[in-house]
Amino acid sequence: MRLLRVGGDSLLVEVSDTAAAMRVYDEALRREVEAADVVPAARTVLFAGVPDLARLEKELAEWEPEQETTPPAAQGPVVEVPTVYDGPDLDSVARHWAVTTREVVERHTSQEMFVAFCGFSPGFAYCTGPATTLPVPRLAEPRTRVPAGAVGLADLFTGVYPSESPGGWQLIGRTDLVLWDERREQPATLAPGTRVRFVEVPR
Amino acid sequence: MTAWLTVLDAGPMTTVQDLGRRGFAHLGVPRSGALDAESAGYANRLVGNPVDAAVLETTLGGVAVRVDGQVSVAVTGAPAGVTVEGRPRPFAETFTVRRGETVTVGPALSGLRSYLAFSGGVDAPPVLGSRSTDTLSGLGPPQLTAGMNLPLGEPVGSPHGVDVPVVLGHPDSVRVRIVPGPRLDWFAEDVLGLLSSSTYTVSADSNRVGVRLEGAPLTRRESRELPSEGLVLGAVQVPASGQPLVFLNDHPTTGGYPVVGVVTAEDLGMCAQLRPGSRLRFVPA
Repeated sequence: MRLLRVGGDSLLVEVSDTAAAMRVYDEALRREVEAADVVPAARTVLFAGVPDLARLEKELAEWEPEQETTPPAAQGPVVEVPTVYDGPDLDSVARHWAVTTREVVERHTSQEMFVAFCGFSPGFAYCTGPATTLPVPRLAEPRTRVPAGAVGLADLFTGVYPSESPGGWQLIGRTDLVLWDERREQPATLAPGTRVRFVEVPR
Repeated sequence: MTAWLTVLDAGPMTTVQDLGRRGFAHLGVPRSGALDAESAGYANRLVGNPVDAAVLETTLGGVAVRVDGQVSVAVTGAPAGVTVEGRPRPFAETFTVRRGETVTVGPALSGLRSYLAFSGGVDAPPVLGSRSTDTLSGLGPPQLTAGMNLPLGEPVGSPHGVDVPVVLGHPDSVRVRIVPGPRLDWFAEDVLGLLSSSTYTVSADSNRVGVRLEGAPLTRRESRELPSEGLVLGAVQVPASGQPLVFLNDHPTTGGYPVVGVVTAEDLGMCAQLRPGSRLRFVPA
């Protein structure tokens, strides 16, 4: 675990992988760490707007996020994402993985994932898990328009576009699940730490 | 009785801004908020508003609004000609506008963004606790357009003078303090020396997301990709081109390029007032 100061009032905690970052994030929420924002990401957790950096650094030295062997303690019920697997890049992903398109679907629906972090746009969740071990490259030319609900793969992550936007992820399917509604108390359906399972539904 | 604004001329870009929406970055929500927060705060204080009241933020070209109600108004930030029904009013001072009168803020004489505060504040519907327009994600009220109506809130305080000097005029060449890191080790060894000895020019494609700079490219030692990580306001990110950009309030919550340093909070307002073509030098804080 590396602690990197960011500007005058923020701290970036760098760990070895996404699961360890999720454990740091969980621990930060459990301890109710004083910060304006706590932002998990692929291998880091950012504590932004911290009133006492030295105290947080001292406290973090006692955490042992790298020690755990179990998957991160994803909380609460599993959110099922009903998905029609008819995306335009399904064949491309199958070629990358050297499997059939059917096997892509089976692999993608076979295991529970968790939301490692959000980014790119409000409610855009980067889902990952032990099953997604084969990285998928981004499109060389991003699409100028990806519809809301598109399910895509990039690197070791699955993402669902909460709203229409440009995008470079390889699209394997689509869902009609509402992923973002700022009028709800919990605006993001897939917040960091949420357990997720993609479920195939007929087109 | 509720007072209203009717937009007659929105200028090149005018948005509603308050202190922004913090605490939602983990959901991918940018913080948004007035870019020159100090100037926005002055304007609010001049008309007796709390510091978190929503104001209008112009961009270079000014704005004209008709006021349906009697309100106190103050204009701060980038200095500009201010008129009510064509009659001049002072900049950075409180004045009264009567029902049906039009307030016009002209093009910025220096700097980039002027702030208009109205007693009671702009009462657009809050989204996640803020009335700020977020140009990156689209959250909050839309950008102003001609014909748009915006309600004003009930005034809660009385107008008073400012007890701090207001910056009048914005230089087109500035020195900006930067706290090095967190990713210094991703850059060539002399990166800090290069950064502090180079003069950068503000690019025309700067916006509320960031101030894009052109000048000496900052070369990297690490050629691998940086996994996405959380970003802070003021982060100086260096994309593949090596040309740094200073993130402002509508910055994305995460990014995949290394951050060489972070501009101090005190100097961010100055960055927000830089016009395209202005010159910027970094000074290690």
